[in-house]
This record gives sequence, C-alpha cells and structure tokens, in this order.
Amino acid sequence: MKLKEIVEKLGLKVRTKSGRLDGDVQRGYVSDLLSDVLANAAQGDLWITLQTHQNIAAVAGMKGLSGIILINSREPEEGTIRKADEESIPVMVSALSAFELAGRLYSLGITGIGNAAKGI
Amino acid sequence: MSKEKELSKVQELVYELKVADAMRSRVITVSSKTLMSELREILKINRISGTPVVDNDKLVGIISIEDFIKWLADGAKDCPIGEKMNAKVMSLFSDEPLVHAVSKLEQFGFGRFPVLNRLDHKLVGVITKGDIIERLLKETEIDYHEEEIHRYRASHIFEDIIADKTTIIFRYYVKGKDFNRAGEVSTGLKKNLSRLGIDPQIVRRAAIASYEAELNVVIYTDGGEIQVKVRPDKISIDVEDTGPGIPDIEKAMQPGYSTAPEWVRELGFGAGMGLNNIKKCSDKMNLTSTVGKGTHLKISIYMEKKGGA
Repeated sequence: MKLKEIVEKLGLKVRTKSGRLDGDVQRGYVSDLLSDVLANAAQGDLWITLQTHQNIAAVAGMKGLSGIILINSREPEEGTIRKADEESIPVMVSALSAFELAGRLYSLGITGIGNAAKGI
Repeated sequence: MSKEKELSKVQELVYELKVADAMRSRVITVSSKTLMSELREILKINRISGTPVVDNDKLVGIISIEDFIKWLADGAKDCPIGEKMNAKVMSLFSDEPLVHAVSKLEQFGFGRFPVLNRLDHKLVGVITKGDIIERLLKETEIDYHEEEIHRYRASHIFEDIIADKTTIIFRYYVKGKDFNRAGEVSTGLKKNLSRLGIDPQIVRRAAIASYEAELNVVIYTDGGEIQVKVRPDKISIDVEDTGPGIPDIEKAMQPGYSTAPEWVRELGFGAGMGLNNIKKCSDKMNLTSTVGKGTHLKISIYMEKKGGA
C-alpha cells in the first residue's frame, strides 16, 4: 500500500516537506528503543515510535525505513524534520496510541510478519 | 547468460513477494442484491471485466463479464447478481507467496482471484496477471538500477586506481555528550561507502555498527575518534576514546546490560543492546578497555561473505 493512502486513511499529519509518500509500505515496526530498531526492524518498515529527537531520522535513514509515525500527537523536534528531509524519510504525526495505531495499520494489511528473518 | 540470471531473479521474487505486495487493494465490489441490469454500467465505468460479490464484508461470489454475456444470451431477465454469480469462489490469502497466485491463475485459467485476510477472511484486494507482471517489472527495474550505480561507482575507485594495495581511510572526531550531533559520523560514513559502490547490505551493517559505537562514545565518554579503513576485501572500523573505560567487558557484552543514566534511556538510547548489535553486524569484533584510560573497539566487516544476522 502506498504511504500516501495510509496517510489519508489514518488521518496522519505529514511534517516533512519532501518525503517519499509514493513509496510502497508492506510492513511495520513498533519500538522506542533505537538499538532495537537497528537490530530488528527491516528495510522498508514503517516505524511507530514516541521518540521525537533527530536521531530517529538517522536510525530510519540507516535502516532504509519507509517512514516514521509519531504517536499520541507528539511533534518532531525541529532538527528532526531537517534531518528527515535530508534523508528523505517522511515523518508523520498521529493522535492515536502505539497500540491503536499498529492495530489500524494491521487491518489495512500492513503486517510485521517475517521481519526478523529478513536480516539487517 | 544474462537472460538466465534475469529469469532466476524473477523466480526468486515470486517466492519472496507476497500476494499483498502485488494485489490491488482498491477493489470495486458489488452486493449479491445488486441487479444484473446494473452490472454493465459498473464494469464499464471501472473498466474491469469482473468483480467480487461481497455481503457484510464477506466474499460470497464472483461475477464476470462472461456471466453477464450468458445472462444476456439467456434473455436478460433482470434478477439479483446473487443468482447468476459463481458462488464457488477460489481465493488467495494476502500473506501467501506470489508464486501461489501465479500457479493458481495458470491452473484454473481465471482472470482474477479475490484476496482475503487470513485472520478474518475479509476481502482485502484482487489480483490479476497484469498486477503480478507490473509488480515484478517494478522490482527488477529497481534491482537493475541499483546494479548500474553499483558498477559505475565501484569501477571508479578500486578498479581504476593502480596500486598493489588500495586503502581508503576516513577519520572522524566524535564529541562526547552532544546528542544533537550523535549519529552524524555514521550517516556520513554510510553515504561515503554507498558512493564507493559497496554492496548495500554491507554498507548497512557497517553503518549500524559504527552508529552504535558512535553512540557509546557520545553517551559514556568525553569524546573519541573513529577511523574507517576501506579495502576491496574488507572494512575495518576503529573506535577509540580516552575514558572512562569499561570495568567488566563480559558483562557489558550481555544483551540488556546497561549503565546508561535514566535521561539517556528516556531518549531511547542505552538499552544495553549496542555492543550486541555491533557484534551481530560485524564479522570480527575486538574490544579492549582500561578503566581510567579508555576503550578501543575494532570491527571488521568482509565484503564477500555475508556475516550478520
């Protein structure tokens, strides 16, 4: 599913200017620990987190994630948006909690299955 | 030769990709109570030759243009679609490998298969041969493009330079306790390595290992230095700082063990996974430390063999 469709369906607010909303998203990952994301998320995953500082953009860029959704209406820090734009990582904000958001995504067909086996 | 390679790539893809990756998720559906007389317009407007029949989110049948023509030939007496549809529908689950779709389409000669969610059996999409071809083309195009870039750039450095041994060295200085700049070194390193045309998987492993190491320097020390040596056969990353040193390396290597202060953990760092991640990403890792003096971490990642998990 296109990221653009997810943004529409879940009413996400996009905070980055460039961002590749045309990208295809198949799977997701939820974590607030950066090392955990580095170890266990897979390339192309959509990342749900409550962390808002600029290192999330670096981590997402490093793993080649398809985007970051911040939960509970948490807004990204200014440096985060700048860095995310540099890395072409879309950053979006949702009013939902992580649990709720992951559930909605799952019912849209975004799953987490098979991530661990995909390697780094 | 290259044709053989392309073929096996496609074969690999049909096993790797899932039905959900290729299906169309915006699906036009009709209800079993929709009238046959309305069907033509629905097919025409949406430019489709058939559509799933859905009642209360459940797939109950499929109706195609062939059924419609048959109905016309039989006198076109209006009735609900439910009476003319094919109620024995074959479907696929969205998490099945694409190869199942390919073989079912071939085996039964249908133009399309409805795709269901395995958990609740709700209709989530439709897949046709065209969708599969489109997806495979897109995927091979991406791969081809990446390969092109790879070849071009790699040839520039390691093949064009004439020497018995070629090593490219990057040196970075890491400031301690500066979280705003944490990760800059590794982000820069990742770009450099990509430009050198190194395999994206290797680049990712090197970047993650150096990121974790960089973060350790930022969190626990007053600063340090990262030196990266790139050779045609391997990448070596050396991280050195001037203290405070690790009292018990064995303990520090245990996943989940962390001495990070609370405020660092709140930022999502210091989960005690860093050294473990480095180990997973590298083919060789050597950590030495003297309390009060400093820590020296050496990482090697080989270009050929795939090491990390």
